[in-house]
Amino acid sequence: MALIDQTATEITQKIKQGELSAVDVLDSALERIRAVDGRPGALDDGIKSLEDEKKVHAFISLTEVRARKQAEEIDRRLQSGIDPGPLAGVPVTIKDIFCVKDTLSTAGSRILANFTAPYTATSAARLEEAGAVLLGKVNLDEFTFGSSSESSAFQPSPRNPWNTAYVPGGSSGGSTASVAANEVPLSLGTDTGGSIRQPAAFCGVVGLKPTYGRVSRYGLIAFGSSLDCPGPIARNVEDAALMLHVIAGPDPKDSTAFERVVPDYQEALKKDISGMRIGLSPDYFNITFPDPKTGELARQEIQEDVKKAVYYAAEVLAGLGAEIVEDVPMPNTAHGIPTYFVISRVEAASNLHRFDGVKYGYRTQKEGRDLNEMYRLSRAEGFGLQPKLRILMGMYVSAAQYSEQYYQRALRVRSLIRGDFEAIFDTHGSYRLDALLTPTTPTTAFKMDAVYGDSLLMQYTDQLTVSANHAGIPGISIPAGLDASGLPIGIQFLAADFREDIILQASYAFEQATKDEAWRKVRPQVLQ
Amino acid sequence: MTEYEVVIGLETHIQLNTKTKIFCGCKADSWKAPPNSNICPVCSGLPGVLPVLNKAVVEKGAILAAAMHADIRLISYFDRKNYFYPDLPKGYQITQYDQALGSGGYFEIPMPEGYVRRVRIHKLHLEEDAGKTKNDQGRRLIDFNRCGVPLVEMVTEPDLRSADEAAQYLIRLRQLLRWLGVSEADMEKGHLRCDANVSIRVKGSKKLNTKTEIKNVNSIDAVRNAIASEIERQIKEVNAGRQVQAWTLDWDDETGKMWMMRSKETEADYRYFREPDLLPLQLDEAWVKDLIADLPELPLERRERFVREYGLPIYDADILTGDLPLSTYYESAVQGSPRDPKTVSNWIINDVLRILKDLGISADDLNLTPQYLAAIIKLIDENKINTATGKGLLMKVQETEKAPAQIVEAEGLGLVSDVAAIRAAIQAVIAENPGEVKSFRDGKETLLGWFLGQVMRKTGGKADPKLTRQILVELLRG
Repeated sequence: MALIDQTATEITQKIKQGELSAVDVLDSALERIRAVDGRPGALDDGIKSLEDEKKVHAFISLTEVRARKQAEEIDRRLQSGIDPGPLAGVPVTIKDIFCVKDTLSTAGSRILANFTAPYTATSAARLEEAGAVLLGKVNLDEFTFGSSSESSAFQPSPRNPWNTAYVPGGSSGGSTASVAANEVPLSLGTDTGGSIRQPAAFCGVVGLKPTYGRVSRYGLIAFGSSLDCPGPIARNVEDAALMLHVIAGPDPKDSTAFERVVPDYQEALKKDISGMRIGLSPDYFNITFPDPKTGELARQEIQEDVKKAVYYAAEVLAGLGAEIVEDVPMPNTAHGIPTYFVISRVEAASNLHRFDGVKYGYRTQKEGRDLNEMYRLSRAEGFGLQPKLRILMGMYVSAAQYSEQYYQRALRVRSLIRGDFEAIFDTHGSYRLDALLTPTTPTTAFKMDAVYGDSLLMQYTDQLTVSANHAGIPGISIPAGLDASGLPIGIQFLAADFREDIILQASYAFEQATKDEAWRKVRPQVLQ
Repeated sequence: MTEYEVVIGLETHIQLNTKTKIFCGCKADSWKAPPNSNICPVCSGLPGVLPVLNKAVVEKGAILAAAMHADIRLISYFDRKNYFYPDLPKGYQITQYDQALGSGGYFEIPMPEGYVRRVRIHKLHLEEDAGKTKNDQGRRLIDFNRCGVPLVEMVTEPDLRSADEAAQYLIRLRQLLRWLGVSEADMEKGHLRCDANVSIRVKGSKKLNTKTEIKNVNSIDAVRNAIASEIERQIKEVNAGRQVQAWTLDWDDETGKMWMMRSKETEADYRYFREPDLLPLQLDEAWVKDLIADLPELPLERRERFVREYGLPIYDADILTGDLPLSTYYESAVQGSPRDPKTVSNWIINDVLRILKDLGISADDLNLTPQYLAAIIKLIDENKINTATGKGLLMKVQETEKAPAQIVEAEGLGLVSDVAAIRAAIQAVIAENPGEVKSFRDGKETLLGWFLGQVMRKTGGKADPKLTRQILVELLRG
């Protein structure tokens, strides 16, 4: 057992009590990274070796010098009797979609490969102010566009620490892989359609997507601005609550960050869940997706052991006194992905406009005839496949002649999806739920290269997570067992706006009730 | 010959005089600042940054909307207007598209000929400015200083009927903007920019024909000249049996020539959609009510009142309501003055305005306060000083900041009313000019004025003119 195998709560407590130094913890993290991470993602990745296939490859840039300075500063402060904050000395990784001052902030794209941010994202700054040690920037799908982290321009892309033949999920795959491989106890991710919860499920860690506006988006390189949520990734629920408390709250730099007091999430964990009304919906046990060949919509049951894990969790919770409400209708769940396809791409296309090779980032080396050709070449060479597909789609569905048919219609469907949640969480409604319990993903992790290239099918892995983004409500994925191949299974709790406390409370109750189960003793492959 | 009617609509961009830009903390005004020296990550569109709306922009925009009699929407929205241009760093402009701050309204323009043109306002919205592109020997240089400068875009209905009317619209708009204190409205500095949509139609027709859009007409003269020249061109086209094409034209003020920028058929699709980075702009109903109630009396209303209340000619009233400080100055001076409002108006128009112009200041910057002006008029009225002394006092008060009476006292400028002293001076003049005395006594009584002048010269202009005349007549007649 290495120092870095402990949770954030343990580490920071021991550091504050003088049992550990922040520098020792940092060294332990670096040692782990050297052992399991392999080479970091790079633009010119060369030939993949067999060795590469056994490594995690979470990182794009390891900011060791910066981290050591921070760790030394924490130790110095403690010696002077100053409290360095609630995350004192905890190493964290940052998804490379956040700007951190004076570090490369690449978004996993060639077009930003040389971009050094002149400012720090609010959420990352709050981690630093709380005493966390920013250890580096971790890999992701290019601009977060994907669900496997394979589409990064920085290769090799991250692999699943439980089995490196499998994807870690995405787009926060580097984040969840770094936490699952015990390189760090915490990572900062983002969730636009499921990008925290899906890879958290695949990697067997806790990932929380807060309410839209609960955590500032300032400094987060935007994908879908009305959907993007920064959030914590941790190895257990308590750590996730600790981290959320640090990063949440209003921000004068983001007017969509709500002016609302942040409750003490760790305090909420201690509450008894008896009487809590938890729903199960049949609409979350199958997915609807178009046949890649015919385009016909087909319905398919989700993976059997995932379904079983959800029902098992319901039983555990019922045993703790929760009321389980079955057959909760969520009729618009199946529309989540098509709606997302339209809305997120319109916003993405617009958000990607600024990358024009004029001010920063990649500019073509070729001599263009004119300005337009410079734009075209810079963007053609700088963007990978995913941004290009999203720009094409986004431009198409927002064009004047199609907007009503697609974009405006998608906005109306989005309201319907929100309506599903409003109905079930309505305190005077028929269901009066505190939380909805669902699978996080239809399946456990898939193999590297298995889905990559099929952007349609890839998208459908987010079918059970995306509705929370449309509705703006909070959601969490927590580990709930291993499937037959030994891959982690994630279950999801969803709650009403700003009720992160409820989903943390339910998650914690389940985690505590199952803490001695055999599957919890199994360690990821890279740590065995 | 067919008689044509001209149809003009104007789009103006008004730079609000807030301290900071619309979405960030940079100073709003970059006049004469080196390129790219007044920018930050937000206004230069770096990745990951977000706009935060400046409340002062909303307030100034709402004041202007209220002055235009527009409905102020209690909920309005910001939208993204997407297009590529090097001086637009985000690749989209944040503007208000279909649910803008102001809706409807009108602006009444009194024309020098005496009639009033009511120009309906089609749209009034808030937006951010883009940067500036400069072509330099085949390179393009970009200055982002202007990015994020707060603008109100105001679009009129096609209600103007001549180049002169368009010019008057801008003159009156400029006056109003300064009056309200929402913009410096300096066209040379680009605070007030104008595009003109121009078409012609057969007189009596109600149809709107194909229009051309003239860009960059950024002075009153340019507006007048560019529109006049475009009207002439369109009439020529139509008379020659051709059709007016929907062009966008660029006016070059230096050469007085128009250039075609592009044909309108290639107009871009801006893919407007709601700006997700900003919340809907919600205004409190009571706040809007107070804002409308607190609106100052507008220049044209005040002009009418000056005519009505003070009996001023429209000419005077127009000048005195040229700007808010001046009109306030006038009213304060009238209140403190014993003389009729027209006399006060004469003093201001003939003398005070010259001082303002020479010093390049505004009426509220004068040391010569309206109370001091009234005091000077009063001194003359009470025969304590003569008019010439009074005029001389204006600058003295301005320079010394002292009260007029104090200066009169200190410098001995008061009129001499001492009968003995005046009599002595007259006697001296009579003694020195026996020839003129003889002529007068022989009946050339017009010489009285000449004698008066001599006495004044002797007394340094300080002799009380009424008293002097009285004694002079007495002594001359013997």
